[in-house]
Amino acid sequence: MKEDVTSRTRSFPSPGDSPSRRVFTVSELTGLVRASLEADFSEVWLEGEISNLRAPGSGHLYCTLKDDSSQMRAVIFRSAALRLRFGLEDGLHVVARGRVTVYEPRGEYQVVLEYVEPKGRGAQQVAFEQLKTRLAAEGLFDLDRKRPLPVFPRTVGIVTSLSGAAVRDMMTVLHRRCPVLRIIIAPVSVQGEDSAEQITSAIRSLNAVGRVDVMIVGRGGGSSEDLWSFNDERVVRAIAASPIPVVSAVGHETDVTLADFVADLRAPTPSAAAEAVAPVLSEVVDRLGELTARSRLAMSRRCEADRQQLDLIVTRIANVRYRVLEDIQQVDGAVAHMRRAVQGLLRQRWDKAHSFKHELIGNSPDGQVRQGLTLVPQLGSRLVQVMRYGLNRRTQSAQACLVNLHTLSPLGILDRGYSILESVSSHRVIRDACDVVMGEEVLARLAKGQLRCVVTNVMPDGSKAGSASL
Amino acid sequence: MAGVKFEQAMARLEAIVAELEKGDLPLDESLRIFEEGIRLSKNCLKVLEEAERKIEVLVQDTNGKKHLRAFSSDGDERRDSDADV
Repeated sequence: MKEDVTSRTRSFPSPGDSPSRRVFTVSELTGLVRASLEADFSEVWLEGEISNLRAPGSGHLYCTLKDDSSQMRAVIFRSAALRLRFGLEDGLHVVARGRVTVYEPRGEYQVVLEYVEPKGRGAQQVAFEQLKTRLAAEGLFDLDRKRPLPVFPRTVGIVTSLSGAAVRDMMTVLHRRCPVLRIIIAPVSVQGEDSAEQITSAIRSLNAVGRVDVMIVGRGGGSSEDLWSFNDERVVRAIAASPIPVVSAVGHETDVTLADFVADLRAPTPSAAAEAVAPVLSEVVDRLGELTARSRLAMSRRCEADRQQLDLIVTRIANVRYRVLEDIQQVDGAVAHMRRAVQGLLRQRWDKAHSFKHELIGNSPDGQVRQGLTLVPQLGSRLVQVMRYGLNRRTQSAQACLVNLHTLSPLGILDRGYSILESVSSHRVIRDACDVVMGEEVLARLAKGQLRCVVTNVMPDGSKAGSASL
Repeated sequence: MAGVKFEQAMARLEAIVAELEKGDLPLDESLRIFEEGIRLSKNCLKVLEEAERKIEVLVQDTNGKKHLRAFSSDGDERRDSDADV
């Protein structure tokens, strides 16, 4: 039998249908499926795990909800996404309320979620953990960000409620420890709607005052909900940004808020915060007194030691001085002695010189010079005389010799009639007749002129003719 | 800020006392820092003696501006508000 399509459907609008086969277009069928789903699942609660989360710029969120054996597309439109009190993450198990529909262009069915909450934990809790992780990653809770508190603050700021025990406790402790401390209170609501905003503003205002040295941000005990404004991101960032060191006192041992993590110091109670912040005045005064006394003592000890040293040196100088005086005396004595000796020596020399002077004067060449002056001309004339006499004598003598010479001169002899006979050939003077031969030429030098002769006859001595000629 | 100056003065004083007790410095140097130390301790003492307790409250007026107002005594505040937080 033919299937009767129309009897199997409940609410298809098919006007004027015959029980013949109805052929749908894809769009038509899709539309019908959509309507059917939307009708049956107009509001469902659903739980599952988020995966493939996509957050395009439109503000809509797309993801897949799945469990062990099945999955479904999900979309959260912008308006619902804005209402989320926590961040969606892949892997998060959620419980959600929505409606099923079909995205016709792709023929995919999906659930449109209106409300989503984390499964098993409150949205607030999840949001808190997500915020904590994010802030920790920024390094806001790092230990080396924490600054030391000033040891001697002059002015303390307190951000707290004016009503309640906390502020009174803090004032009491501060007064007890340091009665002269200046306090500026910035009153805030520590829980409720505006609380986080007020706390943030108060922290900034205390910084703006300009003379606050340290700040306490705190409140008395309360439930987790009561403390919640101290988990607010604005409060945490205000504390992190505060140039003034911050002590947090959000009154619970077990509940640690984010403000406690970011503060420079966490105190378990407001009173403990006041103790941490305030020095004990009496101790400061005592310490000051002690330091003054110690410096005086050290100084006087030092002076004493130096003075002793000085005395020692003075004594030694006195000794030295004494010795020097002795030495001076010695030197004086030696000088005197030397002076005397020199004077004696000088006198000796002086006397000697004096006597030399006399001798010199006595032996002065003066007289001699005078003598000489007369003598010299005398001698001079005598010299001339003697010279003349000598000359004369010699002249005479020379003349006499000359006469003699003349007498002895062979030429003189010639004057007397003698002649010199000389051999022409041998140039020898002839003294012996035997030296020549007959016929030899001889030369006769006469007193005047010469004769060349020839020997005609040789007559040696002893012959008659010879002796007779002489 | 007066708190910081005081703190610095105390720290310097501590350092001076340590130096003097060590006794290493020449005499004129010792005298100089000793005088400085006495000056500092006198000043610090003066600060402490003249210090007055002062408690103020930071209030916001209608314009949103903040200013300081003297704090009325603890007794008054307690009477004003019964609610304990």
